[in-house]
Amino acid sequence: MASRRAFLKNSGLAIFGIGASPMWLERAVAASTNKKILVAILQRGAADGLNIVVPHGEKAYYAGRPGIAIPKPGNSEGATLDLDGFFGLNPNLKSLLPIFNDKKLAIIEACGSPDPTRSHFDAQDYMESGTPGFKATRDGWLNRTMSDDKTKSPIRAVSLGPVLARTLRGPQAAVAMNSVRDFQVRDKMAGEDYMSRYAASVDTQLKGTGKDTFEAIRILEALRKVEYVPANGAVYPNGRLGSSLKQIAQMIKANAGLEVAFADLGGWDHHVNEVGATPFIGPLANLLREFGDSLAAFYQDMGPRMDDIVVTTMSEFGRTARENGNRGTDHGHANVMFTMGGAVAGGKIHGKWPGLEREQLYEGRDLAVTTDFREVLGEVVSGHLGQRDLSRVFPGFSPKGPLGLFGANAATTTKNS
Amino acid sequence: MKTKKTLKTKALRVTVAILLLALTPLAAKKASDAASKFKEKLNKQEQTEHVLSRLSFGTRPGDMEAVQKLGLKKWIDQQLNPQSIPENPALEATLAKMPSLAMSTEALVLNYPTPQVLTAVAIGRMKMPEDPQLKDTYERLSQRYKARIERKKTKDEEEEEAARKGIEDRLRRRVGAMSTEERSEALRKLAPQQAVASELTEAKIYRAVQSERQLNEVLADFWFNHFNVFLDKGADKWLTTAYERDAIRPHVLGRFSDMVRATAQSPAMLFYLDNWTSVAPAAVRARARTRGINENYARELMELHTLGVDGGYSQKDVQEVARCFTGWTIDEPNRGGKFRFAERVHDKGEKVVLGVTIPAGGGIEDGLKVIEILSAHPSTAKFISRKLAQRFVADEPPAALIDRMANTYQKTSGDLKAVMKTMIESREFMSAGAYKSKMKSPLEMVAGALRATGATLTNTLPAAQAIAQMGQPLYRKQEPTGYSNNGEEWLNSAGLLARINFSVALSENKLQGIRIDKDRYSTIAKNMGAPEWQRR
Repeated sequence: MASRRAFLKNSGLAIFGIGASPMWLERAVAASTNKKILVAILQRGAADGLNIVVPHGEKAYYAGRPGIAIPKPGNSEGATLDLDGFFGLNPNLKSLLPIFNDKKLAIIEACGSPDPTRSHFDAQDYMESGTPGFKATRDGWLNRTMSDDKTKSPIRAVSLGPVLARTLRGPQAAVAMNSVRDFQVRDKMAGEDYMSRYAASVDTQLKGTGKDTFEAIRILEALRKVEYVPANGAVYPNGRLGSSLKQIAQMIKANAGLEVAFADLGGWDHHVNEVGATPFIGPLANLLREFGDSLAAFYQDMGPRMDDIVVTTMSEFGRTARENGNRGTDHGHANVMFTMGGAVAGGKIHGKWPGLEREQLYEGRDLAVTTDFREVLGEVVSGHLGQRDLSRVFPGFSPKGPLGLFGANAATTTKNS
Repeated sequence: MKTKKTLKTKALRVTVAILLLALTPLAAKKASDAASKFKEKLNKQEQTEHVLSRLSFGTRPGDMEAVQKLGLKKWIDQQLNPQSIPENPALEATLAKMPSLAMSTEALVLNYPTPQVLTAVAIGRMKMPEDPQLKDTYERLSQRYKARIERKKTKDEEEEEAARKGIEDRLRRRVGAMSTEERSEALRKLAPQQAVASELTEAKIYRAVQSERQLNEVLADFWFNHFNVFLDKGADKWLTTAYERDAIRPHVLGRFSDMVRATAQSPAMLFYLDNWTSVAPAAVRARARTRGINENYARELMELHTLGVDGGYSQKDVQEVARCFTGWTIDEPNRGGKFRFAERVHDKGEKVVLGVTIPAGGGIEDGLKVIEILSAHPSTAKFISRKLAQRFVADEPPAALIDRMANTYQKTSGDLKAVMKTMIESREFMSAGAYKSKMKSPLEMVAGALRATGATLTNTLPAAQAIAQMGQPLYRKQEPTGYSNNGEEWLNSAGLLARINFSVALSENKLQGIRIDKDRYSTIAKNMGAPEWQRR
């Protein structure tokens, strides 16, 4: 209990005053001291992984992309930022380089779905449900990571955006919010009135949901009262992902019982003019800056809290190994995933690199999948959230063995060249 | 397949657990309480209220009296024969201002050009239309695609484009505040594809609120959701308008098999569940492209449209049905093409579906035979009856009622009007067990509120946005399952808060294009955020 007092003092919830805190909040605070948090980010539209983590050691990469390849590490404008002599970061991701060097950012190559679909719709659906090839799954994998416990915080699971993300739908309570600011009854007086009407309702279902809602509103109200100032000089970029991560950070720091969060960033479907006159120009460059700077700001803002947090990124499939006739790329297969956190075995490229020579490509055109995306997510769920039984989260999937995303004896990429 | 099996095992385990639970004395008492509630009768006032809450989108001021005067039985009879009811002329006038609603898909794609059409025009692969007004739109919009295709050289050009985009974005924001008519006009020039989606969505709300043929509208919503397609999946952006109008609406009180056939041959469904790409493996071996059989439609047809997940089909049946539907395709979906049977890629071998042999050498009749088999199947009779009862009676409808409905279905070869009649005339429908037991869906909540407050509408987009915030973006349910008919679907914090905020905004006339008489209806509107209003 002593720690609870200290906790409240240091958190955004201090504003509440201990006397005013509802029952579940006391539980949340008591439980939140060593709470692990997972933030999942979906890059909708099939990001071009080969131009994000650049295989600059592959001759075939440059041969297949004469107009849009990112130059080899060196002095030319927009050169790749080397990571390990074979792979390098797109220069627009330079804010992630220190995190990689700090060994807190792991890169997993050639990830993807066992389902061959090249439909954005189906592939996103599968990535969110966690059951590739099976469309009728009602709930999402992120919801299934949560324990069945109705006493948890009403904001234990949050997706930023107007609708509850597919991946957070399911039996455990999850909240969709456009923003912390909007999650309130617009008319304050009316809010009080509704609260008492729900509390007095004989309809037990609505009474329960009403209680959760008004408690969540109260939590967030406490957050709204103070202007959020990110720590350690972190600056979130303007735009959807920056704003989403900033609000997730705000909720984490309030120790309000957040367990899992979801954010997305669309616009990665670059069929035409993917890269401009230099790698710093064009739609991919703009998106990557927003992506990298948002993740980096979050990392900086969280500081030592990152020890309890994992951020994992994914995109529904990759893009063709070769550029198309419009200086863009078409729908492909395998892609790259990022996992960032204090306990992550970072500073490495994980997974098995299948190569880009014609005979190594999937159907002669795309990077082949060597790691099921559920291997990565599964390892995050077990290694970070401590859930041993993955059959609930990814039914029908048996992992092949650890990639080594957590712990010291982590494996790195093996190359097939 | 493995996944499915595991999920099924899980479902089985849950079922067993529920059965075990049901054996405990307390649960048994509860179950018998529930059963006896379906025998408990309603008084006259409650009956009228109940019928209006289930067969319409809610009561307007004066409706109760009018229905009581006409006689409840007569009102139901009229609603079951919608053509006998003169439609609201104001509604018809509003719908006429949204021209895309009545267009064939071919005309729609021409008048609201798709990105593919504009690109084709930009690079000279397609001719400019001759109609001067259309030509103007095409010229302006294809310019944008031209700029996108040509390689950009300087930062200046990037900035120029950003500035132009900024102007367009600002215009788009203004579009939200326009009346339906102004928006239709503006969007057609600015973002034609958005106009199609926006007209479809707006029309749905206008109809739900203002149509005199209320049951017809409730059923159009129910059956669209049953045969769900997702508006934002590629070509479905421009295929969905005709889908609802031509494949769903004509059949909601007709024969179920007709609706299955209409949806099976509809470009929107063929595209949504990928059947248009499904070809016999033998037919493509000679070709370079790697295409083959696609089972998506076959599986969902049985699991979601007809038999139900436990309807007694196997993975082998899924494969056989998929073979029967090979060659059911669309001519150029991006140009608004029609259904076509492609003989060349049809699997002509023998198939066995649910024990019935479909002889080798068949063509389009293979798929038609499958629809016949599935529509006549007792599992379908049961599955459809249960789903209707879940929408119209209770989340857990009594088994005896489902049996009687399924019986009617079988006897009438799937006459949906007869099935509806059996249900509405049942003791269970008009019982205390059903009365106010259902959580309103967001559409029902919002349309009901607009009806109850006699709201004047000049723009229904804010209502659509409120419905989306409550968790039911119209025409945008991504999964083929559609939205659940079980109330739990809507019990969550974000949804409840959206309901409350909608009521507050409605009561204060803060929704653009939606006006209520504040003196008379403000308090009523505000009450709609309260728990009592969430049930019907």
